[in-house]
Amino acid sequence: MTVRALRPLTGLRARLAAAFLAVALLASVLASGISYVLYRRMMLDRAQDEVVADVRETLTFQVPRQLPPDSANVLGDRLELALTGQVEIRVSEAAPAVDVLTVRARADEEPGGDERRAAAVAVRPGEPVAVPEPGTLHVPVTREFAERALKETVFRRVVRDGTPYLLVGAHPTGYTTTVTEPARTTPPMVFVSVDLSREADDLRLFTRALLIADGAAVACALVLAFLATRGVLRPVRRLGAAARALGEGDLDTRVDVRGRDELADLARTFNGTAEALERTVTELRAMDAASRRFVADVSHELRTPLTSMVALTDVLAEDAAAAPGDGRAARLVAAETRRLGVLVEHLIEISRFDAGAAALVLDEVNVAEAVAATLDARGWTGDVAVDGAADPSVRLDPRRFDVVLANLVGNALRHGRPPVTVRFGPADRDGRAGVEVAVADRGPGLPDGLHDAIFDRFVKADAARAASEGSGLGLSIAKENAVLHGGTLEAADRPGGGAVFTLWLPAERPGEERESA
Amino acid sequence: MAKILLVEDDPSARVGLEMALTRQGHGVTARATGEDGLDALRALHPEIAILDVMLPGIDGIEVCRRIRRDDSIGRALPVILLTARGDDLDVVLGLEAGADDYVVKPVEPRVLDARIRAVLRRAEQSGLDRSVHGDLVIDRTSLKVTKAGTDLRLTPTELRLLLELARRPGHALTRRHLLAAVWEHTYPGDSRLVDACVQRVRAKIEDDPADPRLIETVRGFGYRFAAP
Repeated sequence: MTVRALRPLTGLRARLAAAFLAVALLASVLASGISYVLYRRMMLDRAQDEVVADVRETLTFQVPRQLPPDSANVLGDRLELALTGQVEIRVSEAAPAVDVLTVRARADEEPGGDERRAAAVAVRPGEPVAVPEPGTLHVPVTREFAERALKETVFRRVVRDGTPYLLVGAHPTGYTTTVTEPARTTPPMVFVSVDLSREADDLRLFTRALLIADGAAVACALVLAFLATRGVLRPVRRLGAAARALGEGDLDTRVDVRGRDELADLARTFNGTAEALERTVTELRAMDAASRRFVADVSHELRTPLTSMVALTDVLAEDAAAAPGDGRAARLVAAETRRLGVLVEHLIEISRFDAGAAALVLDEVNVAEAVAATLDARGWTGDVAVDGAADPSVRLDPRRFDVVLANLVGNALRHGRPPVTVRFGPADRDGRAGVEVAVADRGPGLPDGLHDAIFDRFVKADAARAASEGSGLGLSIAKENAVLHGGTLEAADRPGGGAVFTLWLPAERPGEERESA
Repeated sequence: MAKILLVEDDPSARVGLEMALTRQGHGVTARATGEDGLDALRALHPEIAILDVMLPGIDGIEVCRRIRRDDSIGRALPVILLTARGDDLDVVLGLEAGADDYVVKPVEPRVLDARIRAVLRRAEQSGLDRSVHGDLVIDRTSLKVTKAGTDLRLTPTELRLLLELARRPGHALTRRHLLAAVWEHTYPGDSRLVDACVQRVRAKIEDDPADPRLIETVRGFGYRFAAP
C-alpha cells in the first residue's frame, strides 16, 4: 500500500486516467467549439438579416416612387421614426405627393426601447458624403462606411465598450425625381445601429451551457477512467500482492484466473511459476530434512559403538596394567579409541554445519572469564599469556566460543613456539560493535602455500605429524562457528615471526532476540 | 557407591557402561527397554536413573516424564539422560521432561561418574538452618522445603539450585556460576540446564509460575532469589 501511495503521479492508473481525460477533453472541446462557431454565426446572421430586411422594407415602403420636390428633410425624419420603430408611416399609393398619411403607434414594440437607433443624413450630389453626428447612433460611423453605403446596403458589426452593435447603412433606390433639383430632392442616406447585447447574452448562456457540458464530459471520463483502470489494475494489483506473498515465503499463493485476456494469461503463468517454485522448494526442503536426518542417524550409529569402546578403554588399560606384559597394545587401543571419538565428533559437527542443523545457544558472556575458563579447563593457564580489557561482555554461544578458542590455542601450542598469547578487546567492524580475540605464537608461521587453504578440511599444517594428531577438521569447525555467530576468523603471519589467528564476533546479531526465561 | 539403574538398548553399550560404572564403584542394574526400566525402578528403588534417549517402545524422555508423575517410583529420583544425537531438540525435550542432566555419547566413564556424583550430591549445610520466604520454608538441616505447610518434593538438583539461589537473596547469579555450583560442570556447560531446572523449581514453589516472585530472571545475566 505504501509503495503505491508513493507513485500516484507516475503509476499506470494515473497514466491511463490522463489518457482518458485527454481524449475526453479533446472531443468535447472540439464539439463545443464547432457548435459555438455555428451557433454564433447563425444567431448573428439572423439578427443581421432581420435588420437589413427591415431597413430595405422600410426604405421600399417609405420612399415614394416619385419624390416631391424638396422632400429630403421630411423624408429623413420619417425614415428615422420608421426605422426606430416608433411609428409606422405609410405612404398612400393613391396620393404619393401627400406628406404624412398615417401615423400609428406600433403595439408590438416596447416603449422606450433604445435597442435601435436611426439617423438620416442628407445627401448632396457633388459634395463629400456626410456622416451622422456623434451620439445619434450607438457607434460612430466612418466616412469610408458612409461612402460604401451610398452605393449599396452595407452592414458591419462593431464592438464598443464590450457591447456588440450592428451598424447598417443604406440609400433609397428606385425613385424618380425632378432632375433639375437634384440637390433638394435626393433622398437622405439612412444609418441604423442595433444593440446586439441580447444576442450576446444568449451566446453567453449558450457558451456557459457548453462549458457545463464539457465539464460533465470530463467528469464522466474521469469516472470511466477510474472504473476502467480499476478493472485493469485490480488483477495487476492482485498479481503484485501474490508475487510479494510468494517472495515472503507463502509458496501456496495462487491468483484467480478470470476471463481470457492477457491478464488472465499472466495470472495463469504466475500460477504455473508459483507451482513449479513450490514443488522445487518442497523438494529442496525434503532433501534438506533428509540430510539432517542422515546426519542425526549417522551420529547415532557412530556414537553407539563408540560408547562401549570409550567406556571400556579405562577397563582395558587397567586390566592390561595388571596382566603380564607392558600393556602397550591396550594403551594404544585406548588412545586410538579416543582419537576416533574426536574424529567422529568433528565429522558430526561439520556435517551439522553442512546440513544447516547447527544452532546457537546464546548467553551473556564475559570474554575475559570465558578465555580464562577455556585455558583453565585444559590446563593451559601457565603456558599462555593473556592480555585484554577486563570487561567486554557479549552475547555468544559459550560452548562454541570454547571450541574455537581451544582449537586456536591448541594449534598454537602444538605447532607454534612459546610464548603463545591471547589478546582480546572490543573491536568495531563495518560499524558493528564486537569483540576481537587474537591468538599468536612465535612458531614458523603459516605453512607456505596454505595461507588461503588453512581453513579447508583435512588440511594439515604439519605433514610429518599428520598421522598422529588432530582430526584435520578443527580449523574448519572453528571457522564455521565464527560464521555461525556472524563473525569472522582470519589467519595471518605475525610480523616478527609466528602466526596470528584473529577471531571477531559481533556483540549483537541482527534479528536475534532469544532470552531464556 | 550408588545404586544405579541403566536403561540402554544397545547390548554392547549397555555392557560397556555397566562394566565401566561398576569399576567406578557403583552398583548397576541394566535394562534394555523403557518398560523394563520402569518395572525395575518400582522393584529396586535405585538412587539414580541413567536413561538412553533412543529406546524401542517408550523412549528415555517418556520414561523420565513418567518418573516425575509416578509416586510409586518417587518423583524426586535423579535422572541423567544419555543421548547419542546431541540434537538440540533431544536435549531440550529431555530437560523439559525433568531430567537433571544429560551426557552425549560416547562418554568417558570418569565424566559420567562425576555427573552422577554431582547430581546425587546434596547441598552442603551452610548459612542459616531455616529460612522463611512468605509461605515457603527452606529447612537446610533436614533438607526439606515446605510451601504453606505442604512438603515439596524436589529432586536433589532442584533442591540444590534452590538452596544455591536462596543462600544469597537479592544477589543475581549467572547461569555459568549456577552450572558450576549446582551441576559441577566444567566450562562451558549448557545454560539450558539451568533454565529448565529453574522452570521446574518455579512450578513447585511459585504461586503463579508464569509470574514468578521468588526466583526472578535477570535478563541477559541469570537469576536472583527475591530479597526478603
